Amino acid sequence: MGAMSRKEKGLWYLGALFIVLYALLPVAWIVSLSFKAESDLANRSFLPTNATGENYSGIFSGDGAELFLPALRNSVIVCLVATVIAVVLAMFAAYAIARLDFPGKRLVLTSALAVAVFPVITMVTPLFNLWRQIGLYDTIPGLVIPYLALTLPISIWTMSAFFRGIPWDMEQAAQVDGATSWQAFRKVIVPLAAPGVFTTAIIAFFIAWNDFVFGISLTSTSRAQPVPAALSSFTGSSYFVQPTGAISAAAVIVTIPVVLLALVFQRRIVAGLTNGAVKG
Amino acid sequence: MARIELKNIVKKYGDGFPAVNDVSIDIADGELLILVGPSGCGKSTLLRMIVGLEDITSGDLLIDGERVNDLAPRERDLAMVFQNYALYPHLTVGENIAFPLRLAHGKVSEEEVRSRVQRAADMLELNEHLDRKPANLSGGQRQRVAMGRAIVRDAKAFLFDEPLSNLDAKLRGQMRTEIARMQRSLATTTVYVTHDQTEAMTLGDRVAVLRKGVLQQVASPRELYEQPVNLFVAGFIGSPPMNFLPARVAGDRLQLPFCEVPAPAVIGAERRQGELLVVGVRPEHFDDVEVTEAPAGAVTFSAPVDVTEWLGNELYAYIPFEAAAETKEQLAELDRELDGESMRSQLVVTLDAMTSVRDGDTAQLWFDPDRMHVFDPSTGENLTRDEERAVAIGELSEKLRLRSLERAARSSGGRKEPMGART
Ligand SMILES: Nc1ncnc2c1ncn2[C@@H]1O[C@H](COP(=O)(O)OP(=O)(O)OP(=O)(O)O)[C@@H](O)[C@H]1O
Ligand SMILES: [Mg+2]
Repeated sequence: MGAMSRKEKGLWYLGALFIVLYALLPVAWIVSLSFKAESDLANRSFLPTNATGENYSGIFSGDGAELFLPALRNSVIVCLVATVIAVVLAMFAAYAIARLDFPGKRLVLTSALAVAVFPVITMVTPLFNLWRQIGLYDTIPGLVIPYLALTLPISIWTMSAFFRGIPWDMEQAAQVDGATSWQAFRKVIVPLAAPGVFTTAIIAFFIAWNDFVFGISLTSTSRAQPVPAALSSFTGSSYFVQPTGAISAAAVIVTIPVVLLALVFQRRIVAGLTNGAVKG
Repeated sequence: MARIELKNIVKKYGDGFPAVNDVSIDIADGELLILVGPSGCGKSTLLRMIVGLEDITSGDLLIDGERVNDLAPRERDLAMVFQNYALYPHLTVGENIAFPLRLAHGKVSEEEVRSRVQRAADMLELNEHLDRKPANLSGGQRQRVAMGRAIVRDAKAFLFDEPLSNLDAKLRGQMRTEIARMQRSLATTTVYVTHDQTEAMTLGDRVAVLRKGVLQQVASPRELYEQPVNLFVAGFIGSPPMNFLPARVAGDRLQLPFCEVPAPAVIGAERRQGELLVVGVRPEHFDDVEVTEAPAGAVTFSAPVDVTEWLGNELYAYIPFEAAAETKEQLAELDRELDGESMRSQLVVTLDAMTSVRDGDTAQLWFDPDRMHVFDPSTGENLTRDEERAVAIGELSEKLRLRSLERAARSSGGRKEPMGART
């Protein structure tokens, strides 16, 4: 791109600022809502007049707790299990795609893509009927399986792209340096592949964590209902009050793990770790 | 410390294409052998077979007399510097160098590892970079790290795959000398792959020239230069490359584009009347009559100079000539194989910088017909190769090699393994 002029730079900053504001404004709004008292909700001002934690105590110990806490537990379990399974399976698939030449390699990739772009809503009704028949409706595995359909294709794609970029020469270099195949894998390939695996895992987790359609359709009780679905069945303190505050608080709570994950693994996600392995 | 023998080594890849075909070389203990040839001739493949990364289709590979065809790379105990260095990006320079030692679980103490890495770093001037990651190093530094990783353990032999091909000309020159010095002082058997004939000529005790997977000649650089076995070797060794001129046999003389020379007796001129042969004369074997007097027996001729290039210490003069169609085709083919770009048939002569020859002049030149080679164009064979002389050169260079090894052993204080192996 070459060196940017001052003016160009300024424009870039301005553009970036606009996008950041655009993306963060709703988040800030929800945070602000979550601290507003019930009477404050419709006061047409951005900041709460009197910040209160009652929404939070409501969902953790008050009326909302019996709905929210099991949902949080379900979400964590379902998403973690789906992520682990998806990443492990995708790792094998991506390794094969990156390293081996086998007939049907393209087929695997294209069908993964096809599944990824398949409209989720078309799967819901058949799954609903099938799950009711075989007893998977409103169970944890009943959610994990459709979540795999969401996470696996994208995991295979990102990981095989990443694996292709690994300088596999390294493995041979290690063998010449006196490593067994296992040592070469563990000491050289695993550290090189780890960032790709982490990145994929985080993407998969986010996808599962954010799902609403499967959550709302394939569960009905706190046995398996994940947070996004549970939020929709929140009720206010009385029939006439919207549960906006409680929903906002819950939304903030479920955002926290996502932000934490992104922050903790930020360094891991940073690509470019393999730079400088070979000359050039 | 090892002798490596290749016996009729063949490598066929999946598609049946023989990348290496029936190569036999005997590499002596402590010798530096260069594998040279144009791109795609199978140099890397051969090296990778020696180190064990590539299966050997047929033939035997012996290290110290023991057949190692079926041993894993780890068990062959050879160190290699890869064409792309293959440094471990997640490890620091120090850890990269220490890597082979760390693999030898418990056999090398932590203290020993540190001192050996230190010694390798001293040798390669990497001391201030030990804590950096390879990504932050320059090409030359990366190259040295790769070398450090190879020399840090006492491997039986070093294998280098074009280690200098990514460096700029100046650095390449420095590293070349450095590698030669290091190899001498460590006295470790080394196989060095390059497609750069300057590297081949200056570094090696012996040079093996490969062409399309077939070994053409293994000999000392001097023998390759003076007594090449065929057109290919003659054209590959030397810079600027040897001039190939069409020569028609007429009586006991050869008719060249600008002159006639007496036909050497060994070619049997009487059996070849009217035949078209190829005469090879190196550019540096021409001289300007005005600068140096033509000695007795020299052939003098005048030729129109098209372009000259003045290099300070010498001058290249380009003299175009018309070649007969039948040789032209073959020479063009040879040139393509040698990675050249033959645009026209021309004679290149290297003259003393004192010469007054300039573009467009007609130059008076001479050369000594004793130094020319005559090739059979159909087989490429060198008809004027002097076997006796070749053997003499071979013996001389072997003697020189042993002497320099001895000298190196003496100067390193009688220590046989300077990297401090078995303590
Ligand atoms: N994995 C492979 N499968 C099939 N053919 C191969 C394979 N690797 C190399 N070859 C072929 O073998 C021949 C020799 O290749 P090699 O890499 O040994 O050449 P090289 O002499 O090292 O060339 P360069 O100077 O470009 O490195 C080439 O014609 C190449 O196309
Ligand atoms: Mg090569």
